[in-house]
Amino acid sequence: MITFMNNSDSEEEPCNERTSLMSAESPPVPSYQDGLQASEAREAQAHRKRRTASSRSPNNTADGDLSDLGVPVRESALENEEEELTLKYGAKHVIMLFVPVTLCMIVVVATIKSVRFYTEKNGQLIYTPFSEDTPSVGQRLLNSVLNTIIMISVIVVMTVFLVLLYKYRCYKFIHGWLILSSLMLLFLFTYIYLGEVLKTYNVAMDYPTLFLVIWNFGAVGMICIHWKGPLQLQQAYLIMISALMALVFIKYLPEWSAWVILGAISIYDLMAVLCPKGPLRMLVETAQERNEPIFPALIYSSAMIWTVGMAKPDTTARRPSHQTWDAAEDGRENHRSPSHADSQISETRSPVPTHLIASVEEEESKGRGVKLGLGDFIFYSVLVGKAAATASGDWNTTLACFVAILIGLCLTLLLLAVFKKALPALPISITFGLVFYFSTDNLVRPFMDTLASHQLYI
Amino acid sequence: AFFWLVSLLLSSLIWFIAVKASDPRDEPLQRGLLIFGVVFSVLLQEVFRFLYYNLLRKAIEGLVALSEDGCSPISIQQMAYVAGVGFGLMSGAFSMINLLADALGPGTVGIHGDSQLYFLTSAFMTMVLIFLHTFWGILFFHGCEHRRWWEIAAVVVMHLAVSGSTFCNPLYVGSLVPSYLLMAIAAVWAYLLSGGSAQNVWRFLLCKS
Repeated sequence: MITFMNNSDSEEEPCNERTSLMSAESPPVPSYQDGLQASEAREAQAHRKRRTASSRSPNNTADGDLSDLGVPVRESALENEEEELTLKYGAKHVIMLFVPVTLCMIVVVATIKSVRFYTEKNGQLIYTPFSEDTPSVGQRLLNSVLNTIIMISVIVVMTVFLVLLYKYRCYKFIHGWLILSSLMLLFLFTYIYLGEVLKTYNVAMDYPTLFLVIWNFGAVGMICIHWKGPLQLQQAYLIMISALMALVFIKYLPEWSAWVILGAISIYDLMAVLCPKGPLRMLVETAQERNEPIFPALIYSSAMIWTVGMAKPDTTARRPSHQTWDAAEDGRENHRSPSHADSQISETRSPVPTHLIASVEEEESKGRGVKLGLGDFIFYSVLVGKAAATASGDWNTTLACFVAILIGLCLTLLLLAVFKKALPALPISITFGLVFYFSTDNLVRPFMDTLASHQLYI
Repeated sequence: AFFWLVSLLLSSLIWFIAVKASDPRDEPLQRGLLIFGVVFSVLLQEVFRFLYYNLLRKAIEGLVALSEDGCSPISIQQMAYVAGVGFGLMSGAFSMINLLADALGPGTVGIHGDSQLYFLTSAFMTMVLIFLHTFWGILFFHGCEHRRWWEIAAVVVMHLAVSGSTFCNPLYVGSLVPSYLLMAIAAVWAYLLSGGSAQNVWRFLLCKS
């Protein structure tokens, strides 16, 4: 296993994307207002812009759009309506994101609790070279901090590299990288996972069947994620990939390093998305300038937006025909999987127009969705999985971390509705999760155990 | 659920500090500390329920201000119900989940002389607590809405009574029976407060429209 760990750092890059949460709300501008194709095309453009470029306030775009269309609009009324719609759909978005995050966590926790492979210590990643088997506490702490520093710097380097690649339009490179990394993830890690699960349940399986199963799983996954596929299947694949990645992390990161890394990465996420010179922010802005979707493959998208192709095929050709398609791209890119295996993980999907040939007629839908980076899924699952693995076999801790993360996600979505721009999804949730983990493990557990032994109820 | 969790966290913090500061070998003291811990936890839960009520009130005001027709999409009664269910589920989950996980493994119940009905009674007690939290949520919010402090006091007293009755365990008659009685009372009360009446029930049972 150790050999695979050498690679890819490219995986680290998308992490930033991954960790940003973008609102994919389309402007509440009715699309039937103007029959002109130019306006449709423009609106579609705005649709896409809104979908991909999260840092723009929908209000501005909507207003801009309308002024383009030349339709007199009462802007204030539109803003109010916008806000109300935002809040109304806010709850829906929260639910739309709760389900996949919960599913990912359930898969990770179920695997951790049943398959012992993922809790055995079997070496470390090359990104965390310092061992934690030292006798003194101080030394162990120092080692974990050093591990964290190395890991975070790798991530930063990767992210900057990715941003540079994107800036200089090396789309083919990124694309190839992404494909290779998801190939590795879908085939190799699934093979290992399946092997371990079968071992745990003592199920015999012959190689031809295994080959067939994994080949089908992997091939369909590649197609779904990188090309077109049903939205739910694609979402399912993204969840599976995030879970696999999180399991690898849980297995190969030493104890204290894992917690320090989680903390450090949420701070890094905060800075990368919000600081003016942060790599993620530059990425978002560059993508906006070029009017392209941002790294579609590394992002989980919760809704389907179909764009209309009315008349001009050339103007509409730039628009992706399906959100799923976009999302697929998103999915791919997000493997921040540090897994070493992913060296070539292509991070960003190059939004190559050739792929996006919109076959023209498609329904315009008012679907709104929220996008959450896959890295967020991965780190949430790492936190909950580590809680399940190391909390003295206690389910209360796992449950507490789970609730804490979901509440953090809720708050982040609330802030998203308020600020209407790309926000880091990690800091609040991870902070809550860490606080709850440590406090539940050390304070609540003895209390609840004592209560349960006397059968007292509070 | 989150608010319940935070209240649990704070109360266990207090208990933990108290335990660490005291002599672990002194049995009656430990038991006394436990009782203190339980009472404190109950009170803190109710405080957090009240805080949650305030938060929801503000949220409703915000929603009303933003909506077009001046009424919020979700009423305070619905929120009360949901809050109660959240509290109850969290409380139930925390009480039961370790038991369930252990129940999956091998073992004999009560082999060291404890009651053999441990799992069964735990299950019933958890169920009654979940229901009670739901009803208390409705009662509590109703009391806060209409400024009827005696309703709030009644909820707190009931909670203390139910928790206190569990001190009788393993004499299960002393804890389960009063709890179920209290649950029935709370259920009827909450139903009446939510606008139900005996007539509604009668009509429902007779399947009249």
